[in-house]
Amino acid sequence: MSGDRGVAALSVSDIRKAFGGVEVLKGISLDAHEGDVISILGASGSGKSTLLRCINLLEIPDAGTVTVAGETIRMKPRRKGGQEPADHKQVDRIRTELGMVFQSFNLWSHMTVLQNVIEGPVHVLHRPKAECIGEAEALLEKVGIADKRNFYPAHLSGGQQQRAAIARALAMKPKVMLFDEPTSALDPELVGEVLRVLRALAEEGRTMLVVTHEMGFARNVSNRVIFVNQGLIDADGPPEEIFGGGGSERFRQFVSGLHK
Amino acid sequence: MDFAFLADTMGQLLAVTPLTIELWLLCITIGCVISIFVTWARVSGVPVVSQLAAAYVFVFRGSPLLIQMFLLYYGLSQFVWVRQSFAWPILRDPFNSAVISLALCTGGYQAEIWRGGLQAVPAREIEAGRAIGMSRLLLLRRIIAPNALRQALPAYSTEIVLMMKSTALASLVTVWEVTGTAQRLISQTYRTFEVFICAAIIYLVLNFLVIRLMRLLEYMVSPHLRGRPSTVGVPGLAEAGIPKAIVPGAPPEHAASPVNLPEVPR
Repeated sequence: MSGDRGVAALSVSDIRKAFGGVEVLKGISLDAHEGDVISILGASGSGKSTLLRCINLLEIPDAGTVTVAGETIRMKPRRKGGQEPADHKQVDRIRTELGMVFQSFNLWSHMTVLQNVIEGPVHVLHRPKAECIGEAEALLEKVGIADKRNFYPAHLSGGQQQRAAIARALAMKPKVMLFDEPTSALDPELVGEVLRVLRALAEEGRTMLVVTHEMGFARNVSNRVIFVNQGLIDADGPPEEIFGGGGSERFRQFVSGLHK
Repeated sequence: MDFAFLADTMGQLLAVTPLTIELWLLCITIGCVISIFVTWARVSGVPVVSQLAAAYVFVFRGSPLLIQMFLLYYGLSQFVWVRQSFAWPILRDPFNSAVISLALCTGGYQAEIWRGGLQAVPAREIEAGRAIGMSRLLLLRRIIAPNALRQALPAYSTEIVLMMKSTALASLVTVWEVTGTAQRLISQTYRTFEVFICAAIIYLVLNFLVIRLMRLLEYMVSPHLRGRPSTVGVPGLAEAGIPKAIVPGAPPEHAASPVNLPEVPR
């Protein structure tokens, strides 16, 4: 993607991460511009989820920088090697601009759906509660679970929980949405309802990074596909190019492996 | 059956029941404060501080409460510097000694209960809080503490019931609460059975109330662990062909349904 569209909504540069001596990310850089819907594909263990978790610093990258809407997260060297955030307040603030949706929903079990959705805006952003409730109701309407607003997560299906989690992330009005395998924990018949929500968000022009195994979504909804292999970006381009034979040899093996 | 004697005994024991309740309330309240500090030290992440907290828990859980109480009340007075210290007016009083030793002991147990509660908070929910930009303090207040408290309540209620019974030990440092008074009545009348039965009934009634209150509290703080809210509408609607629905904005309708608690992981 060219840089002629101004400041990138999200820019990561040379991210490296090792767990116990095993290098999972070996230097990944990517820019996401406003409205980009980027599908991140890769075999399990390729490092794609770790990449996403490094972006909002749920994992601290050993090296590399993350820049959100022009603001770079300041890091300082750690005595034992690697680096750590220089300013935790900055990290907390930047996290509010990155909406994260987890594979296993991670809703707060002691709160109703509505309480889950307004928690961030009310207690992190300190916005008036009545206003947040109004917005939350609109969001729940949008993801199709307005009637479940007073239910607790334990009383919802997986698909409903994931849609609630998406509404919770959207309520923060994030600049970029990060989806970490949002449909992988769902029963097959529930995948569709979550993908429909994702597609609607993409069509609204939201900036999204989606780690996924849903080839249909990558091919038809995203405007860019990144294939991560062994900790490096192996192929990167528009879906028609990547799926149309322009991808790497490894990517062709990966896709054909899925269809076996 | 000598009902006159029983009634007289019961009357005398009920007269000192407030003292038992006072001992209990003071020791669990002070113990709770102690336990919060100990838990905080335990999970502080500073090695020396958390080891000290672990040592505290080990000492007060690992030795008999009766010995702790004797050490405090009879043992300390053997040192001149204790008798000359500012704390002596407090320590020389049997009631205070009993409260302090009961509180120190339950503080250790309660700290262990809170720690168990903290460990039971799902890591995913903490992660979701961090991802949304919560500071450590906000995360503790909004996500970790409510979860941990809920998880800890059953064990906590057992602990305070045990403490109600442990107040009986105060009789051995000359506090004339229910058990102490019962023993005095026995030494005057030699009617061990009747007197102790009366005393036992008092403890049973007190603990019955405590257990009920704690159940109510548990019920109130765990709506998310009860059965799925009923979606059955007003009777007659279904027959009339009107779909079952939940009225938007109405509270979940499960308040009247029987409690249906799943296994709580311990």
